[in-house]
Amino acid sequence: MSKHIQGIAASSGIAIAKAYRLETPHFVVEKKTVTDVETEIARFDAAVAKAKAELEQIKDHAFQQLGEDKAAIFSAHLLVLSDPELLNPVKDKIAAEQVNAEYALDEVASMFVAMFEAMDNEYMKERAADIRDVTKRVLAHLLGITISNPSLISEEVVIIAEDLTPSDTAQLNRQYVKGFTTDIGGRTSHSAIMARSMEIPAVVGTKAVTAEIENGDLVIIDGLDGRVVVDPSEEELAHYEEKRARFEAQKAEWAKLVHEPTITSDGHHVELAANIGTPDDVKGVLANGAEGIGLYRTEFLYMGRSELPTEEEQFEAYKTVLERMEGKPVVVRTLDIGGDKELPYLELPKEMNPFLGFRAIRLCLEMQDMFRTQLRALLRASVYGNLKIMFPMIATLDEFRQAKAILLEEKEKLVQEGVSVAENIEVGMMVEIPAAAVLADQFAKEVDFFSIGTNDLIQYTMAADRMNERVSYLYQPYNPAILRLIANVIEAAHKEGKWAGMCGEMAGEELAIPILLGLGLDEFSMSATSILRARSQLKKLSKEEAASLKETILSMNTAEEVVAFVKQTFHIE
Amino acid sequence: MAEKVFKVTAESGIHARPATLLVQTASKFNSDINLEYNGKTVNLKSIMGVMSLGVPKGAQIKITAEGTDAAEALAALTDTLAKEGLAQ
Repeated sequence: MSKHIQGIAASSGIAIAKAYRLETPHFVVEKKTVTDVETEIARFDAAVAKAKAELEQIKDHAFQQLGEDKAAIFSAHLLVLSDPELLNPVKDKIAAEQVNAEYALDEVASMFVAMFEAMDNEYMKERAADIRDVTKRVLAHLLGITISNPSLISEEVVIIAEDLTPSDTAQLNRQYVKGFTTDIGGRTSHSAIMARSMEIPAVVGTKAVTAEIENGDLVIIDGLDGRVVVDPSEEELAHYEEKRARFEAQKAEWAKLVHEPTITSDGHHVELAANIGTPDDVKGVLANGAEGIGLYRTEFLYMGRSELPTEEEQFEAYKTVLERMEGKPVVVRTLDIGGDKELPYLELPKEMNPFLGFRAIRLCLEMQDMFRTQLRALLRASVYGNLKIMFPMIATLDEFRQAKAILLEEKEKLVQEGVSVAENIEVGMMVEIPAAAVLADQFAKEVDFFSIGTNDLIQYTMAADRMNERVSYLYQPYNPAILRLIANVIEAAHKEGKWAGMCGEMAGEELAIPILLGLGLDEFSMSATSILRARSQLKKLSKEEAASLKETILSMNTAEEVVAFVKQTFHIE
Repeated sequence: MAEKVFKVTAESGIHARPATLLVQTASKFNSDINLEYNGKTVNLKSIMGVMSLGVPKGAQIKITAEGTDAAEALAALTDTLAKEGLAQ
């Protein structure tokens, strides 16, 4: 009998392959007395040798698949396993105390872990995690437990995991990993965003896949409808193979639109742009025919490292993106950290309410050295393309003025130093705080553009944490309250001759596109993989017709009413 | 015994990749090789020892080697430090 598990569709497409469980094993190390000390030491040596052989393999794979940078960490891990200061004390302990290898290793490694954790340097603290990682590998061999090595996967699989961290995803090989499904997460969680950028089907937030699926089970991941099918029957298999073929055919049809502009059936142009996190993402942006980058999330430059990125590193990243986009607009959002995105090395105190706390522009205006470094890097890169800068989490005009003043100061300094800076850099802001959306007419006089960040705008307007499953029903993009705020922002922009875009998840939703078109949105920025679908849809829509429905939609009472109306009017399933 | 003093020029000091390179080089030799910084001495064949020193850019370090291949070891380490632009 097949099993069906419902989750959240995080990345479109259908994957059919054997399950590969990505495990995080839990070890119990017991202290035992051994009589034959030499055999115990030999057992320890053998486990170390096996762990080393495994790491060598992982390192080679990582080198081939992911490059030298990602492989370097495994070189360091290998050296830990050759470290005389680790190996000798373990052997001494086995001999002197007549204890088992697991216990001796655990004790000695814990000492090193404690030593590194006690250092006041964040980078050193992270090394403690490396030692734990390596120790775990040896312990697993001693205890006869198998641990997952996703980088060694060499046949087609779908990944089953509780959750996927950035380092897990870094190890995945796109050639073999056909899709994944997780217990936790939502459409905007890290794993979902990764899946869309890797262009593999994913279903997240199932609550059940790790409990229900064994290694080797045949699994279907339907990233279109958010369903996971385990041990499908022949009919089900045939059904999903057909669905996959249809999806692939449709994708091929969309692919023909790569080089076409996005023009509605009544001749209006709207801009379709992509959201990116790293310069590497530009490849997918161009392959999917985006007309620009509507959101470059610069925080990835700051994450997964031990110290702030230098001006030079940032300059290189921004320059690369601008050059690769060949003059197409690139909207760069300045550092948006805080909330669910932490930077351990900044050592910010824990907050009760991080989403309402010290984050994004609030943090940048306070930690100005960091902010100025980023702005300098951006300004220097500006001559390599069409740069636009936007500030996140603006709540008051004063914040925008301060941020812009700092930008102008840095520009002035650079000009004084004889560095060339582009003349016409547009400076805009994210609209994600209701206060800014309400006061958009005032802001519009001072900004060059707005970009509406719906994920936060919705959660702040509805006062509902989008990650909290118990209140996630309140996360309602189609609530008339949200739509009115969006309409207000777009109108305010147009009144001042400015443009308004949207870079939240909503901009790429099939249901939202006709509404947003009718409200007059100028730029839609979304995951690169949604662009061709959106273009295909927009080419069939009439802007005049969509606009004629504006008043009707904005005067509705509930989100359900809006959704039903839009589905019916535009024949959306 | 062979010894030599260096000034660290690597931007992020001696951890991560520089430490890995030094330990890899040192491990090729039989001699006992130590690294001295700020009054502390560690085994240069121990990655954790070297990392635990947290040697920053601009630091003065001393490498000593004692054993049959001490001179070659020191020459090889000097070479690695120079070639990788880690210290001079």
